[in-house]
Amino acid sequence: MIELLGVVKAYGGAPAAGPLSLSIPAGTFVAILGGSGSGKTTTLKMINGLVVPDAGEVRIDGAPTGATPGHLLRRRMGYVFQEVGLFPHMTVGENIAVGPRLAGWTPERTAQRLTTLLELVALPAELAARLPAELSGGQRQRVGLARALAAEPAIMLMDEPFGALDPVVREALGRDYRALHERLSLTTVMVTHDVMEALLLADRIVVMQSGAILADDTPGALLADHPEPDVRALMETPRAQARRVEALAAERGADAREPDGRG
Amino acid sequence: MDDRFAAAARLLPDYLSQHVLLSLCALTLGLAISLPLAVAASRSQAVRWPALFGASLVQTIPSLALLALFYPLLLALSGLSRAWFGFTFPALGFAPSLMALTLYSMLPILRNGVAGITGVDPAVIEAANGMGMTGTQRLFQVELPLAAPVIMAGVRTAAVWTIGAATLATPVGQTSLGNYIFSGLQTENWVAVLFGCVAAAGLALSVDQLLGLVESGLAARRPWRVWAGAVGLAVGAALALSPLIGTGAAPAYRIGAKNFSEQYILAQLMAGRLEGAGARVAIRDDLGSATIYRALAASEIDAYVDYSGTLWANVLGRTDNPGRAQVLVGLKQALARRDGVVLLGPLGFENAYALAMRADRARALGVASLDDLAAKASGLVLGSDLEFLSRPEWKSVESIYALKFRRLVSYQPTFMYRALADGEADVISAFSSDGRIEADRLVVLPDPRHALPPYDAVILVSPRRAHDARLLAALKPLVGAIDVSAMRAANYSVDRDQDKRTPAQAAAVLAGRLRVAAGR
Repeated sequence: MIELLGVVKAYGGAPAAGPLSLSIPAGTFVAILGGSGSGKTTTLKMINGLVVPDAGEVRIDGAPTGATPGHLLRRRMGYVFQEVGLFPHMTVGENIAVGPRLAGWTPERTAQRLTTLLELVALPAELAARLPAELSGGQRQRVGLARALAAEPAIMLMDEPFGALDPVVREALGRDYRALHERLSLTTVMVTHDVMEALLLADRIVVMQSGAILADDTPGALLADHPEPDVRALMETPRAQARRVEALAAERGADAREPDGRG
Repeated sequence: MDDRFAAAARLLPDYLSQHVLLSLCALTLGLAISLPLAVAASRSQAVRWPALFGASLVQTIPSLALLALFYPLLLALSGLSRAWFGFTFPALGFAPSLMALTLYSMLPILRNGVAGITGVDPAVIEAANGMGMTGTQRLFQVELPLAAPVIMAGVRTAAVWTIGAATLATPVGQTSLGNYIFSGLQTENWVAVLFGCVAAAGLALSVDQLLGLVESGLAARRPWRVWAGAVGLAVGAALALSPLIGTGAAPAYRIGAKNFSEQYILAQLMAGRLEGAGARVAIRDDLGSATIYRALAASEIDAYVDYSGTLWANVLGRTDNPGRAQVLVGLKQALARRDGVVLLGPLGFENAYALAMRADRARALGVASLDDLAAKASGLVLGSDLEFLSRPEWKSVESIYALKFRRLVSYQPTFMYRALADGEADVISAFSSDGRIEADRLVVLPDPRHALPPYDAVILVSPRRAHDARLLAALKPLVGAIDVSAMRAANYSVDRDQDKRTPAQAAAVLAGRLRVAAGR
């Protein structure tokens, strides 16, 4: 259970997020959806203390996070972001083992976990000895996922995790992650600006604009006629795109038949 | 040629080991200070600016001046420590050289350290933070390993600079490969100069290549390269330093010398006599003429030869000229009373400052004495050694004869004679015991008004050795034993272009003449 209670964050006098309150029950997959400058990343980072709120309180399972040193708090949560940030001087295996090492696991337990994790994120075992520079973008993000999951966190925080990947890889990885979320009973908070991604992956979508929450509901409820015009516009975009794609495909189908007719 | 090369090669183990020891200590110390400072500077803007500015400022000071500045600083500190804690430490030699070179090595390490650490990909830093690393864990597990190649590049630059600048430690009394260069320059022994340059450059290049191996190993994450470079450096350092271990205890006696041929020869002569008496002796040559007396008074060297007029004017600050004998008596009492320094006695010749001209030129201008010179000076150029123009003797000559030259130019003593021969200078501040006066057919202009004080060469002994029977017995026989023609001949054998002798050879010839004289 993650709770944000009236949190506020400003950078040099310019408000970035809040005041806002949000409650995320254990096991939920929440997407925070918004454009750039909407305060979605600031909100995410307030959960693991990378950003400390100016006012208000964050609680994990009822305990205020201010009482725990930031680095200990972060060791209990997985964190994945667009640039991945794999340590370039460590092999894939060493990258994944960082979390368990920080948590003081035995080498045997860590080695076992490494095997499990590579399987979990669908990477071949021999990749463990490679350096990050030798991997493709999709493989790198899978390693990033494995690294974040390594110390068995209950909460996963993800900031545009699939943003830099090509659409096919992105779709596959998103689906794979959703499955992991179920299988490991995770609580996931994912920041994204991609409406379709939020709709297809999340149980619940929090729409943010100018640091405030504009809407907070299930994908289904948001797709139904929402009272907020900006939310309606946002939800209309993927539909309109889908209609245009359908139309294009139909047109192309008509074109394609013609040469057949002549031939 | 072969002789000079062999003589230079014999000195290599000593010079190289001292040079490597000094550079290694300076670099290690520099690294130990700069690296934590670089970490602090990469964390905080408030540290970064002053640290980088300070290190850059040090770099703008000419390295020779930086080395020279540490001598008076340490001398003052040593004085304070004697007053407060009752002990002194050497202000000459290793300590000032180490401090100056340490400062000198800091900029590249600091600059590259800051660049390396702040240049780490922000995404990697965010990942380290996001995973729950503490600041220290992030530094040692992520930032330093990633910055290592950049930091090593800085260490390489620092190593090359330090090894090069360590040659300048010679004038503050620290033996280094610079001894070849400074002594060679004075005696026009170009073989020695070249030998020193090649040795220093070779050392710098080898270290640079081995550190380069470490750097590329770190960059490409090839541990064997890092190890190969590190082992190469360790073996090289051990080999270079091995002569230091072999010699065991430090030499019992240290003989000082200023930076010209006569001084080298006399230092060798004194050292030879002490060694003949079974003592271990080290020579510290190329000391500055102001620092050498202070080094003796502080017992950092045990004996050297100075000149009565120099001591009279520069050490006692006297401007009068009571005559040769009175000056000697006055000096003996004043130095003993003030500093506990023993004036053992005069060697028997003067090495006076004298204004000299080419004989043909003097005749043509009709100049026969300083009085005549005053009338012609406004059209003439005076060439002097580096210190003459700032000495009281010059002020005295200048005011007593009302000399006004067209131009004043300072040279290294060797080049001063060249300038006179080439006509670039018309008059020079010559030394009366210099062999080149006869050889170059110069005339020394008489000083009818006694503006220049006497310059008897005298042996000075440090307070610590004031009652050392072996030292006194070894040096006493030199008192009154060397006349000006013997000294001129010895000096000329070292200074001439053809059939040059090393100072040690000239000292041996001089010692031979003394034995013959004693035998008669």
